[in-house]
Amino acid sequence: MSGHSTYQPKNAFSRWMDARLPVGRLVWDSFVDYPTPRNLNYWYTFGGILSLCLGVQIITGIVLAMHYTPSAAGAFNSVEHIMRNVNYGWLIRYIHSNGASMFFIAVYLHMFRGLYYGSYKAPREVLWILGCVIYLLMMATAFMGYVLPWGQMSFHGAVVITNLLGAFPIVGETITTLLWGGFAVDEPTLKRFFSLHYLLPFVIAGVVVLHVWALHVVGQNNPTGVEPKSKADTVPFTPYATVKDGFAMSVFLILFATFVFYMPNALGHADNYIAANPLVTPAHIVPEWYFLPFYAILRAVPDKLMGVLAMFGAIGCLFALPWLDTSKVKSMRYRPQAQLYFVIFVVTCWILGVCGGKLPDDHVIPHLKTFTLFDADLNSYVWLSRITTLYYFAYFLVVMPVLGLVEKPRPVPETISSPVLGDSDKKD
Amino acid sequence: MAWPFIAQMNPSADTMALASVEYDLTKIEPGMQVTINWRGKPLFIRNRTQAQVDAAVKDDGASMPDPQPDAERHKEGKAQWLVLVGSCTHLGCVPTVGGGDYQGWFCPCHGSHYDTSGRIRKGPAPLNLVVPEYAFLSDTKVKIG
Repeated sequence: MSGHSTYQPKNAFSRWMDARLPVGRLVWDSFVDYPTPRNLNYWYTFGGILSLCLGVQIITGIVLAMHYTPSAAGAFNSVEHIMRNVNYGWLIRYIHSNGASMFFIAVYLHMFRGLYYGSYKAPREVLWILGCVIYLLMMATAFMGYVLPWGQMSFHGAVVITNLLGAFPIVGETITTLLWGGFAVDEPTLKRFFSLHYLLPFVIAGVVVLHVWALHVVGQNNPTGVEPKSKADTVPFTPYATVKDGFAMSVFLILFATFVFYMPNALGHADNYIAANPLVTPAHIVPEWYFLPFYAILRAVPDKLMGVLAMFGAIGCLFALPWLDTSKVKSMRYRPQAQLYFVIFVVTCWILGVCGGKLPDDHVIPHLKTFTLFDADLNSYVWLSRITTLYYFAYFLVVMPVLGLVEKPRPVPETISSPVLGDSDKKD
Repeated sequence: MAWPFIAQMNPSADTMALASVEYDLTKIEPGMQVTINWRGKPLFIRNRTQAQVDAAVKDDGASMPDPQPDAERHKEGKAQWLVLVGSCTHLGCVPTVGGGDYQGWFCPCHGSHYDTSGRIRKGPAPLNLVVPEYAFLSDTKVKIG
């Protein structure tokens, strides 16, 4: 999309088309001739994998909607109908439900990669923010999709999440009533969630187009964080990136298939195979694994409104990241101290995820009673999530701004190619 | 122009018209609770034992997030009957009866403890369990809503 086009129409039809709607040229320039940094590693293949995930979700979703009934009375039974009666319905539904998890695995690795290599820094701020928007839309879509089977977890998950908005003073209750279309989660809620769950993936697809557009304007970042300076720094997208992406997709699909065929319910909850009952909440209600870190942050804060704000703030930090990081060096490959904090951050997110899945008052180390600090035993998941929540925010609000000013990074190579090909200037 | 598209999301006429509920209290033994559906939400009707009422009254002066004496939470002269909306004031889960540190209700979602008066004593919920509008039609019959 940027730079000089090298597209050569090969026959009369493509010449005719090129003069009218140059789709072939667009594809050629974006995905064939497009220069990519020569040092991209496998962490850079998740963008392609994510497009694949979106495609899989849309195709399986359209098929599922042909058999699904969006009503409180019919939803649960229609999902069972898909599982038992519809030809290959079980396969299509398992691909769709596990596909959501695969989508999030890929998006988290994609985000951590961006974090590590500084892919959010100038001139890629808009690219990064569009990515954050996609992530938000993904969470909304996944949440509404999880409600649709209308099982116990679906129903009470919807109750808890929609009640989050009720935490806001004055307008909270009006918003939840508007969201529910009633005085509780019920039929109208399910119907609108279905409508929006069908819509949002296409909105995501639209923002993905903007994301890729922004990517192709500024060019890809790379593990050195140094912008390409000459032809020696880049290779054409095809065959180099297409083959690498294709291989990574194949490996990813093996993992995907392992879940679909051998452990299709490993990432779900047994309670969701019980039809929704508004009068009984499951004893242990947890969101899907990809929301657990944020759920842990919500529970870490003893105040309702503050908990909700902290949870949204945790995502808000991502949006502000391009301006929070003060370092002049993009890639953490040359920032040894930043690497250390980054590793702690990844572990922190993992621990938050674990905490989100446990009961707050359970002991982290079994059978060890320490002492009660404020409202809970110190050896409890609620305190572990408080400590890790603190680090989560400190990483964005303290480490990122301060470290960039005080650390002494390692020398950054002149060009991408110089560490690989050797610096010809110095040799001479 | 935008308003009709926003307003359509609000409760529709039939939802707004949801009738009130009547319940026959003779079905509930002392110490027992029934959960009925009221406007799509669970409604607790609990027949409290004398010990449970005493425990609630005894704690009237205790420090709690949303202080309220037990006497304000039931109809006059009907201390045994507690009628409450069964949604945790934190995030709307249904608390389980008899659980928690105060033997009132315990919310499994985020660990809110309510006492035998339905008052929040411990955990993230900010308010007591809501007492809906209701009236005794006779000694053995209540009408909620």
